[in-house]
Amino acid sequence: MVDRIVSLDPGARTVRAECLVPAESPVFEGHFPGHPLLPGVLMIETMAQTGGWLVLAVLRFQRMPFLAQVKEAKLRSFVMPGQAMEAEARLLHDGSGYAVVAASIGAEGRKIADAEITYRVVPFPNETLRAEMLATARRVAVPEAFLNG
Amino acid sequence: MSSTFDTVAGIIAETCDIPREKITPESHAINDLGIDSLDFLDVAFAIDKAFGIKMPLEQWTQEVNEGKVSTDEYFVLGNLCANIDKLVSAKAA
Repeated sequence: MVDRIVSLDPGARTVRAECLVPAESPVFEGHFPGHPLLPGVLMIETMAQTGGWLVLAVLRFQRMPFLAQVKEAKLRSFVMPGQAMEAEARLLHDGSGYAVVAASIGAEGRKIADAEITYRVVPFPNETLRAEMLATARRVAVPEAFLNG
Repeated sequence: MSSTFDTVAGIIAETCDIPREKITPESHAINDLGIDSLDFLDVAFAIDKAFGIKMPLEQWTQEVNEGKVSTDEYFVLGNLCANIDKLVSAKAA
C-alpha cells in the first residue's frame, strides 16, 4: 500500500509515506458496485505498513513487526480510486518483543483515518522474508542507512 | 512493593477487564487470571509507560522456554512486581 517513504526520522521516531490509491482495481468491483471506495481495512493496512517501515528502520531490519492489534481506529472519510494519500506514524513505544505506533492517513490537509497499532516484533522467520523486505524497502525508498544493523 | 502492586493490579483490571478484587500478589497472570499473550502486550505497554522501563519480555520468555526458571518467576504478580522494582532501581542507579 505504501508507494514511497517521504521522510524517516528514527531519532524523532516518525515516518511519512506517499500512498496512491490505484485508479482501477478488482477491489472496487465489489466495494461498491457503481460507488467505488477504498475498503476501510485497506486504510488500516496502509497505516500498519507505514508504521511497520518505521519499526523496521528503528531496528535496522534485524527483526520483523507483525500486526497484532488495532485500537481506536477511526475512518473519518471516504477514499476514492486514484486519490493520493499521505500516511504518517510515530513510534509510541519500542518494547521487548513488541512495538506500538500512532498512525494516521491524510489527504489534501484533512485527516482521513487514524489508529493506535501494536506489532509483535520477532526475529525474521527466515532469510527469504528478510531479503524480500529489504528489496521492498529499497523500492519504496527507505534510506539505505537504515537497512542494516 | 505495595504501590507497585497496586499500580500493576489497576493496569490489569482496566486492561483485561478483570475485577480488581480477584487480583492478588499470589495470582498467576496466565493460569489464574487467564491473561493471554495479546492482552499481556497491552499490560506490558501500560507497565512500561507507568514505570518508565522496558520489561525484558523476550529474555524472560527465553529463560522460561529453556527451563531455567518457571513461569511463576515472571507471571506471579508478586514476583512480577519485584522484578519491576529491580528494573526501576537499576534505571535510577
